[in-house]
Amino acid sequence: MAGQGDLKLLGMLESPFVIRVRMALHLKGVSYEYIEQDLSNKGELLLKNNPVHKKVPVLIHNGKPICESLAIVQYVDEVWAATSPSILPANPHERALARFWAAYVDDKFFPAWLGILKAETGEERDKKMSETLPVVEQLETALAQCSNGKAFFSGASVGYLDLAVGCNLLWLDAMRKMFGVVVIDAARTPVLAAWADRFRESDVGKEVLPDADIAVEYAKKIQVYRPASK
Amino acid sequence: MLSCSPTSTHHPHSTSSQHSHPQTQTDRHPSNAPTMASEKSSSDLTLLDFWVSPFGQRVRIALAEKSLPYEYVEEDLLAGKSERLLQSNPVHKKIPVLLHGGKPVNESLIIVQYLDEAFPDTPSLLPSDPYARAQARFWADYVDKKVYDCGSRLWKLKGEPQAQARAEMLEILKTLETELGDKEFFGGEHGFGFVDAAFAPFTPWFMSYEKYGEFKVAEVAPKIAAWAERVGKRESVAKSLYSPDKVYDFIGVLKKMYGIE
Repeated sequence: MAGQGDLKLLGMLESPFVIRVRMALHLKGVSYEYIEQDLSNKGELLLKNNPVHKKVPVLIHNGKPICESLAIVQYVDEVWAATSPSILPANPHERALARFWAAYVDDKFFPAWLGILKAETGEERDKKMSETLPVVEQLETALAQCSNGKAFFSGASVGYLDLAVGCNLLWLDAMRKMFGVVVIDAARTPVLAAWADRFRESDVGKEVLPDADIAVEYAKKIQVYRPASK
Repeated sequence: MLSCSPTSTHHPHSTSSQHSHPQTQTDRHPSNAPTMASEKSSSDLTLLDFWVSPFGQRVRIALAEKSLPYEYVEEDLLAGKSERLLQSNPVHKKIPVLLHGGKPVNESLIIVQYLDEAFPDTPSLLPSDPYARAQARFWADYVDKKVYDCGSRLWKLKGEPQAQARAEMLEILKTLETELGDKEFFGGEHGFGFVDAAFAPFTPWFMSYEKYGEFKVAEVAPKIAAWAERVGKRESVAKSLYSPDKVYDFIGVLKKMYGIE
């Protein structure tokens, strides 16, 4: 593979944003040193390299940090532009669409499903679930708009928007195990559900998406430390 | 001939056939707004926008930097959203929307990147180096996440929540001050760039933030204040923004609308 210099990724195993970056690096066949962070006790390396947000993922390339998962994915795509596959599409309008929907995933979809996860009662969980469904329907529309009937958002193979959405599957699958909620349901959003199955079975899905049980274990661990409900 | 000549910097004021009430609209537009007559612009660009929107202004600045002619369409958001807007941006129903050959592009920073990519022979706002691009994206995203939201809380809220918004705004300005450092523009070696275009539209809002927050940008973040003055003189910015007084009055209108005193 193309010469790459020194690459480190500061991450957290269960973070969808970190998973997203790992997927991009995997697509490009780039190797890197992964350094798991303890976000409850942030280390010097993280604080020095992301002083503004103090969050993961942080990619450190030859000592220089890049932060914000979508900026990192685009960085990886641009640095390893000569390596196939291209993560972003070539056409400017399609790139704009991919960026638009990736922003939608982060601004709307992520907070919506996170609300389900954090709900303290079954009732609240149902409420959060009903707020999430219209968002999922929008993603079904996005898939139709972007894929042109092909297997993935990006066409015949996995790309930017597949990574943007797909990294969330870890927690969607975990919530199905924990609460029985099915956020991407074949009955409601059949095309998106089929895409999710294909994504999980794709090379990048199989190699990079952790098993849902890992997220379930993490959720249990976090529950223990959650302050008493008001 | 209406041309895309990179040397043409002045666009004559002309009334667009698209405006619903041309006479009452004129005092709302920059006096040299690049509105085109009914003749289709050669770049086939239309911008659905709202005069005082900092997000729309980012796109106007980018178009001006690139000397791209376009049709400006004012959406009177206080009166309601047009069918065209709702169809062009069904997900968010927001301006700005860029229509290129009729196809919509939404979200201001995405539109600016699109203009760089669709018109590669024009001056670009993002630099070419991948690391510099990643930094530009990071800081434009920072401005996006922080400035408008915090500023809104400054003028909407009172008491403790307002004090918190004030503290956050000072933090934001200081953070941006550190990032700017001694550079002339956020774009550094590249010159006026992506982050400058992203943040410049907020400079007329400084006066309002100062009034509501009881602080002075020049004291809290002197380099940012100096940068604001510099960019304000840049032609693409000067012709896209409105005066701080007009912004302050607009906030007054919004407060009345929301029943805030």
